[in-house]
Amino acid sequence: MEFIYYFGDVFTPINFGLLLLGTIGGLILGATPGLSPTMAVALLIPFTFQLEAAQGLILLGAAYTSTVAGGAVSAILLKIPGAPANIATTLDGHAMAQKGEGAKALQLSFLSSAVGGVFGVLLLIFLTPVLAKWALAFGPSHLFWLAILGVTVIGTLDSKSVVKGLLSGCIGLWLATIGFDDIMGAQRFIFHPSLGGGINIIAALIGLFAIPQVITMFARGRRDDGAEVIEVQKHPIRGAFAEMMRNKRAVGIGTAVGSIIGLIPGVGGQIAGLVAYDQSKKFSPDRDKFGTGHPEGLIAAESANNAMVGPSLVPLLTLSIPGSPTAAVLLGGLLIHGIFPGTDLFDNHPDVAWTFINSMLIGQILMCIFGLYVAGLAAKVARVPQSVMAAIVLGLAVFGSYSVQSSMGDVYVMASLGVMMYFLERFGFSAAPLVLGLILGPIAESNFIQGSMIASATDGLAPYFLSGTLNIFLIAVVVASVLYSAYMELRTRRYTSMEEIIG
Amino acid sequence: MSDISLPRIQHIVGSGLVACVGAWVTYVSYTQQPSEAFLFPRLIATVFFVLALWTFIKACLGWTKVGNGVSVTQLSNLAPGLLVALVYIFWAAKGLGFYTATTIAFFILLSLYDPAPHTALKSWLKRIFITACFMVVMYGLFALLLKVYTPREIFF
Repeated sequence: MEFIYYFGDVFTPINFGLLLLGTIGGLILGATPGLSPTMAVALLIPFTFQLEAAQGLILLGAAYTSTVAGGAVSAILLKIPGAPANIATTLDGHAMAQKGEGAKALQLSFLSSAVGGVFGVLLLIFLTPVLAKWALAFGPSHLFWLAILGVTVIGTLDSKSVVKGLLSGCIGLWLATIGFDDIMGAQRFIFHPSLGGGINIIAALIGLFAIPQVITMFARGRRDDGAEVIEVQKHPIRGAFAEMMRNKRAVGIGTAVGSIIGLIPGVGGQIAGLVAYDQSKKFSPDRDKFGTGHPEGLIAAESANNAMVGPSLVPLLTLSIPGSPTAAVLLGGLLIHGIFPGTDLFDNHPDVAWTFINSMLIGQILMCIFGLYVAGLAAKVARVPQSVMAAIVLGLAVFGSYSVQSSMGDVYVMASLGVMMYFLERFGFSAAPLVLGLILGPIAESNFIQGSMIASATDGLAPYFLSGTLNIFLIAVVVASVLYSAYMELRTRRYTSMEEIIG
Repeated sequence: MSDISLPRIQHIVGSGLVACVGAWVTYVSYTQQPSEAFLFPRLIATVFFVLALWTFIKACLGWTKVGNGVSVTQLSNLAPGLLVALVYIFWAAKGLGFYTATTIAFFILLSLYDPAPHTALKSWLKRIFITACFMVVMYGLFALLLKVYTPREIFF
């Protein structure tokens, strides 16, 4: 119950102000089609440099939570999911809006997001310290395999092609080795002076997540997306509460599915929303009404995509394995303040860890309150034309990556990686495993070198890295995730694309 | 070659480039000294090269299932914007100063991709207004609030 001790820290004027700013800003950013939660959080990181670690994390955490919920606004009113996590929301949410129930759909969406979100953060509160203590038993070989596991799981489960997902992870791991070697001081792969200090993680995150989105907007050309905002009529909030109470099963299914999926590294909110929608439909007596503007589908999808936010941070805060691409960006936000997840975080910086986690709990409630009142406004603000959005994101990316170290080299690295990632994505590669490789690469390498030194003084390299219960378990999980994904890829295309959903 | 589609050619070229990078990384990892500094890169490079080669072979055989490549329309749409962005980032930002370069790049990009007609005076005034608002926000955020000292050579 250590978290209660730090609850008051959330309500200091600066911390609470940042929480409000992150929540309201996140709702508007989330409602803006084309601005994914990952990209929004990556673009926000440069603004956290001058803040204390806990303050920076509060801002990023609030933005993460509310961009996922805010994505429902454009899904319901524009039929354009603000984020992949809101794809399932479009199915019934937009149909409700078309029937004149837009306000009710928005209210149900924020209420169910809050219920799922609060449950997810409670899981984070109670699971994290237990797992963090367990992480104490990990030696260099285990930490090496954990880092590889993080890259492999996201590379296989988050990508449409197992081989290309793993290849993306390898590219990320290689990029992480660029620069001077920590032990020998040798130069590695420095083919341009900008790379002398290695690849700056923040510049890379901005480039990999923001620039491909900018180029995608360019590729659409001079066209009006033609989406019309459906006007929101007034609807009593009590009616939405009553509807929620009538759909307890959908809330339960969504929350349970989202929490479980959030705990599995690499399986994001998109899958959580779609699986919850599907399960809710299977168990519903009104399954024929799904897709025609039935509140049950909307409630299940929205409670699931917010319930996964908290649990997706459990592997990040305990084992340094981000559960989602946005969690990987949050890891970057932690590392720039010199804080490492795991026991270091909870033993040496408990104030940072618990203030951040508590702020996410309060953030869920604030998100619901503000969401209910600013959704209509957010939808109007969200109708920013693609041309303006592309130029804004490009400007923010350039200034943001420069401000990291006041270095033009970082801007060049950001742009080069961004352009490269756009074309790689067009060929089926994925940014998430590449980012994971880049972030976990130094952790994997330092533990590999440390393990190699221990191994040379004891049994040798192979027995040290390949024997022992925990090593074998971790290797088995790596192999299982690859085989499972390969099997699923051969069997069927697992993901429902946004185009298939929104027509 | 006439029956090979554009996406397939793009896949072959794209995966070929990735395989070339993989081969170069592997070569450097195994030949550079001190070899201890390249222990981990050797491990990564080997897997990187094998996977890249497999992807290239699949592309050559036409077995690639994922990724649609870039269509000619998309390429012609993105080319002007990308060119402006690259000139802005790799030359103008440092050469003209951040704020001047950003103002120019922002306005050009807005004009290139705004669906509003180029003949209407109102749409030009709107673009100028949006650019001015954006630059005021950027200056306020980065110069005044965060105190980021950006390259400034002309005007600012």
